[in-house]
Amino acid sequence: MKAQGTVFKYGDNVDTDVIIPARYLNTSDPAELARHCMEDIDKTFIQKVRPGDIIVAARNFGCGSSREHAPIAIKEAGVSCVIAATFARIFYRNSINIGLPILECPEAAAEISAGDTVAVDFATGKITNVTTGRSFQAEPFPPFMQKLIAAGGLPQYMSAQD
Amino acid sequence: MVSLMSMTQTQKILARHAHLETVRAGQLIMADLDLVLGNDITAPVAIREFAKFGKPRVFDRDKVALVPDHFTPNKDIKAAEQCACMRAFAADQQITNYFEVGRVGIEHALIPEKGLVTAGDCVIGADSHTCTYGALGAFSTGVGSTDMACGMATGQAWFKVPSAIRFVLEGQFGPHVSGKDLILHIIGLIGVDGALYQSMEFTGPGVAALTIDDRFTVANMAIEAGAKNGIFPVDETTLAYLREVGAREPVIAAADGDAAYEATYTINLGKLRPTVAFPHLPSNTRTIDEAGDVRIDQVVIGSCTNGRLSDLRAAAAILKGRSVAPHVRAIILPATQKIWLEAMEEGLFRIFVDAGCAVSTPTCGPCLGGHMGILAAGERAVATTNRNFVGRMGHVESEVYLASPVVAAASAVAGRLAGPAELDTL
Ligand code: SF4
Repeated sequence: MKAQGTVFKYGDNVDTDVIIPARYLNTSDPAELARHCMEDIDKTFIQKVRPGDIIVAARNFGCGSSREHAPIAIKEAGVSCVIAATFARIFYRNSINIGLPILECPEAAAEISAGDTVAVDFATGKITNVTTGRSFQAEPFPPFMQKLIAAGGLPQYMSAQD
Repeated sequence: MVSLMSMTQTQKILARHAHLETVRAGQLIMADLDLVLGNDITAPVAIREFAKFGKPRVFDRDKVALVPDHFTPNKDIKAAEQCACMRAFAADQQITNYFEVGRVGIEHALIPEKGLVTAGDCVIGADSHTCTYGALGAFSTGVGSTDMACGMATGQAWFKVPSAIRFVLEGQFGPHVSGKDLILHIIGLIGVDGALYQSMEFTGPGVAALTIDDRFTVANMAIEAGAKNGIFPVDETTLAYLREVGAREPVIAAADGDAAYEATYTINLGKLRPTVAFPHLPSNTRTIDEAGDVRIDQVVIGSCTNGRLSDLRAAAAILKGRSVAPHVRAIILPATQKIWLEAMEEGLFRIFVDAGCAVSTPTCGPCLGGHMGILAAGERAVATTNRNFVGRMGHVESEVYLASPVVAAASAVAGRLAGPAELDTL
């Protein structure tokens, strides 16, 4: 599984309140959530994002509220992958559970710039900045999580265990 | 030397629920759950996911709790539809612990009050502040809706066993200092990702001086340091509370004396000052003495962090015989129906209303910028809630200052960020 796209870059502590503000949580419709994705941190994101694009951020991406609406909005907006130096833990497990690929890689987070074209190979954890030619190695998922993602998410994985 | 068998308090609870002799940090486990929780925002998504597990019934109708607390009483048509979805599921599945408006409260105040969590439990909730029940010596953590769906279907959840940071508490609080000041101080110290993927274990002789409400407030905000959970040892205070609410028989897990910790911080409670988190991070803390002149428009006293009876009493002690500044809206939200009734019977509502406060029915309301007190551009609020992120209580250009009920009440009177000591000089 691979992804390639243009990078949207953010800083430390991007919280789930700015990824999808609570005023839109009176719905759980993924398409409607996606329309407001990143609205309180980047008003133009939703106009600019194209299918396959990649979010790169610094530390503690997805902190705050446990709302699964946050990774759902990002996935539904067409983002193929989120790369960050570190992720907040509930966002991390939610992304895996719903099948949004995310990679932790402090070097890539530091060196990739907004607008760069980046390619990701999920099987190996290799991240390539096509614009600059530099590549980075992210920690690949532990086997349990690889199985979970391969199954298509937590419901499918758990059902297969029975 | 640290023995291989040594475990933290959290690890002991996880080992028992995974049917293992021992667990170690980093290990992936499947654990049995004693309670699975959701609210009117997260449960509708979980209910949709639940269908994918192909199980007609939840694993145990007594071990699922559904709490419509965020956008209730229904804020608008969409919110009403989400609540209707949850209500229908609760009826269909004959969920024992569904709480309708009129019987409801903010989930993390309500669930302990109803005796639904006991020491040694393993609890997940599709709400990040589920970590609150660590106050009772339970392992309790926030998850997303898919985890909640899985928990409802199977009674289990996957976890990566956390390592831990230890906070050794000594001494006791001085006047006007409480659990809120302690946890804000700690988050200021270690940062909003200072305990990422880890447990925060509170220990030391100072624990005995903390009321159960102080412990709820502290454990509640463990997530604001990025922690998986926060947990307190079980002592006489815990056991007395569990008896009072009629919780199940506790299973006491204590950390091994030689358990490994990533770091240890020693905190003298007597040295703490009333503390405020400035916008836009809970870690952006200053003591009230360093607050400067910050004019405010609104005060919110409530939430799962500080909406309990002791919080309302502390606020009322400040507001008694005083008036809220004319340019300030002060909103009081008792966290549950029981707290509401007790506050009313104690005469606290008379004090609040005489001072010029609005008293609300229990709801999360303004805490998440839902309803009942949203901020306009440029407005500032002092709130006893737990998050001050950009736009949390309304407009992206509004500001939230997090503080204790005492500081919030004093600020309401002063019309600016102020500690109780300043009221005498007004
Ligand atoms: S009071 Fe605030 S933090 Fe607590 S559960 Fe409600 S919205 Fe979340």
